[in-house]
Amino acid sequence: MNTSSTSSHTNQASSIDSVKLKQALLTRSRPKKANWFSNTMTFSWRALLKLKYIPEQLLDVTVFPIMFLLMFTYLFGGAIAGSTGDYLQFLLPGILVMTVITITMYTGMELNNDISKGIFDRFRSLPIWRPSVLVGALFVDAVRYSIASLIMIGLGLILGFRPDGGTIGVISAVGLLLLFSFSLSWIWTTLGLVLRSEKSLMGVSMMVLFPLTFISNVFVDPSTLPSWLQAFVDINPVSLLVTAVRGLMHGVATTEQIGVVIIASLLLILVFAPLTMFLYKNKN
Amino acid sequence: MTSKSVKESEPVSVAIARKGNLSNKSTEDTTNMESSIKQPTKLAIEATGLVKVFGEKRAVDGVDLAIKAGTVYGFLGPNGAGKTTTIRMLSTLLNPDEGTAIILGHDLNKESNAIRSKVSLTGQFASVDEDLSGLENLILIGRLLGFSRKAAKERARELLSAFGLEDAAKQQVKNYSGGMRRRLDIAASIVVTPELLFLDEPTTGLDPRSRNQVWDIVRALVSAGTTVLLTTQYLDEADQLADRIAVIDHGKIIAEGTSAELKASVGSGVLHVRVLDPEKRSKAQLILAQKLKVPIQALSEPTALTARVTDTQLVAEAIGELSHSGIAVTDFSLGQPSLDEVFLTLTGKPAESKRKQDEKGV
Ligand SMILES: Nc1ncnc2c1ncn2[C@@H]1O[C@H](COP(=O)(O)OP(=O)(O)OP(=O)(O)O)[C@@H](O)[C@H]1O
Ligand SMILES: [Mg+2]
Repeated sequence: MNTSSTSSHTNQASSIDSVKLKQALLTRSRPKKANWFSNTMTFSWRALLKLKYIPEQLLDVTVFPIMFLLMFTYLFGGAIAGSTGDYLQFLLPGILVMTVITITMYTGMELNNDISKGIFDRFRSLPIWRPSVLVGALFVDAVRYSIASLIMIGLGLILGFRPDGGTIGVISAVGLLLLFSFSLSWIWTTLGLVLRSEKSLMGVSMMVLFPLTFISNVFVDPSTLPSWLQAFVDINPVSLLVTAVRGLMHGVATTEQIGVVIIASLLLILVFAPLTMFLYKNKN
Repeated sequence: MTSKSVKESEPVSVAIARKGNLSNKSTEDTTNMESSIKQPTKLAIEATGLVKVFGEKRAVDGVDLAIKAGTVYGFLGPNGAGKTTTIRMLSTLLNPDEGTAIILGHDLNKESNAIRSKVSLTGQFASVDEDLSGLENLILIGRLLGFSRKAAKERARELLSAFGLEDAAKQQVKNYSGGMRRRLDIAASIVVTPELLFLDEPTTGLDPRSRNQVWDIVRALVSAGTTVLLTTQYLDEADQLADRIAVIDHGKIIAEGTSAELKASVGSGVLHVRVLDPEKRSKAQLILAQKLKVPIQALSEPTALTARVTDTQLVAEAIGELSHSGIAVTDFSLGQPSLDEVFLTLTGKPAESKRKQDEKGV
């Protein structure tokens, strides 16, 4: 549809039609205000359109998961667990969590990008439910994370992943992961509003993400670690999430394990969503 | 000169009221055409003592404004004067550190929601989504404002064709030219025709043709009853469009009035003289300086001289004196000062050179 004119600007032959313009300006009726749900859906629509125009945005939820899974299964499989088949049962839930958590940071970058363009001001000057700008985008992100999960689990099944929790277990595991990702995204939106450039945002996000995902139980059983490291791994929210996701997939999760993740998610939202909105409202 | 001294010694509102009497004629002409204006003296914006401080910098430093509904108000100032900051405060994007404003009858500090539903802003930098098409951008805004899917699409098409963007409707905005982008930007601001529209430097970086198109849009908006507050660094733009102009520099309004009043405040006029023989120019310069008792500038053109005169009576005498001294004058004129000259007098800096720097920068 829009393969035309990457090189040349569109011809500016046509100009203002003053009769039509007068006509258009005479319509002063203002429709009834859209509600919060409609606003959110409209912003989701915007995010979907962006996927249509910039399909590269889907690379991180398609190629990344495949790369990560293959890399870690065959790189560490033999060394850590003795056999890749056994290791996959342990690794897949963890690497799924790690992949999805890592791509949540693009949410902040997208927002940061909007801010650096003028469109941010336009949205802020509209009479709309303000969080909808972000919530709408987060909904579409959830779709992206689902795609990533689907691809990774699909590939895992081919490679020999056998979840004992069955379909229900796997779906609940992904659901829990989506909830946590949605909650975690508010950290990125907060940072996206505070940090000035996409570069600095990327740097800070990495600084947060690397320890969270690597110093966790994604790759290894924490009992093999020195105790000071183990202490961090045990309270690392990513570890808690991995434990719950792994448990759900293999049908051994306890209510406590799941509850802790839900509470952590709610806490993240309670702290960072209002903080984001405060910053959003008062952005200079 | 007079206006400047008035500004410094009296509250601005007094100065405005006083000038209002001088310029009633032009504003009344416009108000008569406006059906949407109930009271002819209704103010769209009434601001007092607006201040915004960024760190050490007082970006806006006590701005007072009284803008009549249904008029175009021009905010004229060089880079960093505080134009954008003022507009962002008035359009609820930025909380003022001090001061109050009543926008369309609503208190800026308390009723920002009500204000947001009546005003629109076209920011200094394109406030449309570059990744989407023009059509999608307008539908997006329409949907957010509460139009149904169908109504939003219809309104989008109507605006695109009014703004001459029909052919580009389905192209991504990143492929638009600067002028098209600006028009789309303004179109996005009038998906619901606002009562008050803020336009932040609507023509910066546009070629003359695109600039004229934007001017046409502004005129159409005003004739439909919308109040427009526009900022500009271009004096001719303020002169062309604005009923009243505020000159802002370092966060302060340093002059306010109609274009004619501003020109008058600088001095009665500018004398241009052209001599026949370039050799004799310096002698002519000397004679004029003696007679007129003001500095005479020699322009880059080898025969031209110019001076800002305060007493026009002396001009005839001075020209006469030139002929007496055997200097042939091919041409002379006594004109009203241009807004550029107004700017030079008020800020001590020429405005035109700023614009050239700016255009190189863009
Ligand atoms: N968010 C901000 N943080 C810090 N300083 C700022 C901020 N916004 C503006 N300023 C400063 O405030 C002053 C006024 O800026 P403003 O953008 O209002 O000027 P302007 O008149 O719109 O200029 P221009 O013609 O360049 O757009 C400038 O010195 C600018 O550097
Ligand atoms: Mg500006």
